Amino acid sequence: MGISEQYDRGRDFLVADPIRAAIIIMGVVLLFDLVRQLAVGQTQISEFGVLLKDGLMRGLFFGLAGIGLSMTYSILNFANFSHGDLITNGAFSGMVVTYIIAGGFGREADIGSLALVGADGSVFGAQLGIGVASTPLAVFAGVVVAGISTVILALFIDRVVYKPIRDRSGITLLITSIGVAFVLRYLIQFIFGPSRRGVTDSGAIPSVAVPAVDGTVTVDLHEVTLLVVSAGLMLGLHFLLQRTRLGKAMRAMADNEDLARITGIPTERVVTFTWVIGAALTGVAGFMFVLWNGTLYWFQGWILLLPIFAAVILGGIGSVYGAILGGLVVGLTWSLAIVWIPSGLARAAAFLLMIVVLLVRPEGIFAGRSTA
Amino acid sequence: MSADAEGDAEAGNDLPSPLDTLWGQDATKLGLLVVGIVALYVIAGTMLDYGVRQQLNSIGLLLFYIAVFAMLALALNLHWGYTGLFNIGIAGFMAVGIYTTAVLSKPAALSEPAAGSVGGFGLPLWVGIIGGVIAASVFGALVALPALRLRADYFAIVTVGLSEIVRFVLLESSFQKGQIAGYFVGLGGGSGLILDFDPTDQLLTVFGLTEPYADFVDGLGATLGIGSNPKPVFDSLLYALLLLVFLLCFYVLLRRTGNSPFGRVLKAIREDEEATKSLGKDTNMFKIKAFMIGAGLMGLGGILFYAEQGAITPNTFRPRITFFVWIALILGGAGSNTGSVMGGAIFAAFLFRGPLFLKNVIEDIFEIDAVNTFGQAIGPLLSSADPLPLLAYTVDNLAQLQLVIMGTVLIYLMHNRPEGLLGHRKEPATSIPLTRPDRSTETTTQAMSDGGPDRVTGGEDDE
Repeated sequence: MGISEQYDRGRDFLVADPIRAAIIIMGVVLLFDLVRQLAVGQTQISEFGVLLKDGLMRGLFFGLAGIGLSMTYSILNFANFSHGDLITNGAFSGMVVTYIIAGGFGREADIGSLALVGADGSVFGAQLGIGVASTPLAVFAGVVVAGISTVILALFIDRVVYKPIRDRSGITLLITSIGVAFVLRYLIQFIFGPSRRGVTDSGAIPSVAVPAVDGTVTVDLHEVTLLVVSAGLMLGLHFLLQRTRLGKAMRAMADNEDLARITGIPTERVVTFTWVIGAALTGVAGFMFVLWNGTLYWFQGWILLLPIFAAVILGGIGSVYGAILGGLVVGLTWSLAIVWIPSGLARAAAFLLMIVVLLVRPEGIFAGRSTA
Repeated sequence: MSADAEGDAEAGNDLPSPLDTLWGQDATKLGLLVVGIVALYVIAGTMLDYGVRQQLNSIGLLLFYIAVFAMLALALNLHWGYTGLFNIGIAGFMAVGIYTTAVLSKPAALSEPAAGSVGGFGLPLWVGIIGGVIAASVFGALVALPALRLRADYFAIVTVGLSEIVRFVLLESSFQKGQIAGYFVGLGGGSGLILDFDPTDQLLTVFGLTEPYADFVDGLGATLGIGSNPKPVFDSLLYALLLLVFLLCFYVLLRRTGNSPFGRVLKAIREDEEATKSLGKDTNMFKIKAFMIGAGLMGLGGILFYAEQGAITPNTFRPRITFFVWIALILGGAGSNTGSVMGGAIFAAFLFRGPLFLKNVIEDIFEIDAVNTFGQAIGPLLSSADPLPLLAYTVDNLAQLQLVIMGTVLIYLMHNRPEGLLGHRKEPATSIPLTRPDRSTETTTQAMSDGGPDRVTGGEDDE
């Protein structure tokens, strides 16, 4: 194939799809600029490594929390705006248990303060020495409770709020979920108070310094935990969807609900399991995020909801692998954007990416392969 | 509501008495609703032994919120109720509006201003307001141009995402201050902008009424026994009245838009975009125009909301305020302008101001000494079945619980009355009713001629 032919093809593409062409060109330019920055030393390679690692962590969380959103989006056909507050619920309920166990059931601090995760600054996580290495049992119990309590909450909400209006349009359900989000968020604030608290003993987390070219990248145990837990859960979900009857039924329902019902799939039961799996992953993700991040406050989940939406849309709604991949892309964008733009706008870059993907490829990266 | 409609229909058979005709006007009902709400607040204030000053303050604030929420709900109604565009980025348009006004109209700073303060371009306020409205509607076009081909739920996510991007940009310290053509201007970053202009004062100056107004206020203040410095009280009342005038303009404008051929196309798009297209209408153009008008009105709503507040910060424009407007619209009934105003008024009076007022009432009647945390509040209930600390804590935290109440109301509405109070009046896209009239044809024509197509559906749809 001659050069002129290639040139013609390039020109055709440019004319046929100018937006996508512009995006590709911009991506290439940014990549070259990154190489230049690293070569000149404007950005150190170790600095870049830290950003990369942060982005990966954040991306894993977005992916894990996004799976639940993606599943309810495709199986129940609505964008659940209360998903973020399920994350907050997981974080708070898990931390309640972690605090109580780490506080020796009231031996080290007032049990009431422990149960309220140190509302009003009565107890701090550092005081209790909370960490995967220092209080493994408390953290493990926290993870489990975060998952279970979120499942119970989600099933309760589904039973009371969504089930009676399941046959209505997606928009009706969306608006309803905004109401649910308000109720959850401000009840959490009502109970746990408005303060922002540190929940881990950040000084006591074991870490290793991995040498990079011109410095080191520190990796601590909480990051490894987040990685292991998310990867494990994602893998587990993969087997569930591919190997079990339930997984098959879920995929069938996501593809075509009417057809699934005709085939004799008990749709209502599949819906229940969708909530169970989605909420469990969401609750655990919330707890793991707080453990990694070290801070906990009442509207955390809401702040994280939009990037999770971005991840889900990016990956293609209904696609579990898409959500994971989308999460990683959003997380990395959020972190790496700092190389080019002011840090305050990094979040904006992640949203912008989502909008651009919606415009260019509204069906997502994993288009046409829903839930598979 | 159905009772009203029936009243209209009956009035159509006999000769309508002037009183009935007056009652038939939506504006009359809305006026009565607002008067009723104010009366309710005054009565409650009287029971609390509020002084005249406190009463006037409370009424001023109430009218202010009624006006702004009704205006924003009307603007949203053009997007959602008429055109079916699911816009949840209202906060972004409001922010663009007021920030543009602020930058244009803040006093010019030609030399480096003191740390922490930013200048503006020093243009007259009216130029700033027009600029703000234009900026908001241009921003609306920027959103609408690419986003219109998206599904409703994607469109929602794009709009809320963009409103957050606006907030992040306003928060960003790089844009905090800078120099453009010699003027030191900026967005103020996280600390926001101080709005050193006073709309009411400027308006009075324009009409040359500053002196008479001051005398009038002093005189009235003395008569009512308000005490020293009555001006702020009357200023806020004056501003609230000004906003009610703006609200009237919004209402008239949107009502006329809705009944115009342009509005009919919008309603047709809402019902069935494909069919509208097949009739040769360039639906995208109509949608963009409608979105720009609505966005501009939201910008104006934002400007009027915050112009008198003295300062603005980016975090005021969290998506929360968007959802407030949505609750107002859904409460009143999407698709009906009268419903939008009604929803705005009811939301402002009972969901937005109500709980705080109730808190004051309760705290005034009972001596409440609330504890600081939920733990201390629930403890006595568990140990000695003493609910009082929990009740006190609840009252003390009504400001937060108010949002729980709003959420519950929203869920309740979506379950039991998704069309809102006046949603059954949703105007059909046709100029004649498509459903079979269940009353005599005569009645229908009568209702049509005096009230437009919305009245007809109102008569048929009994709950």
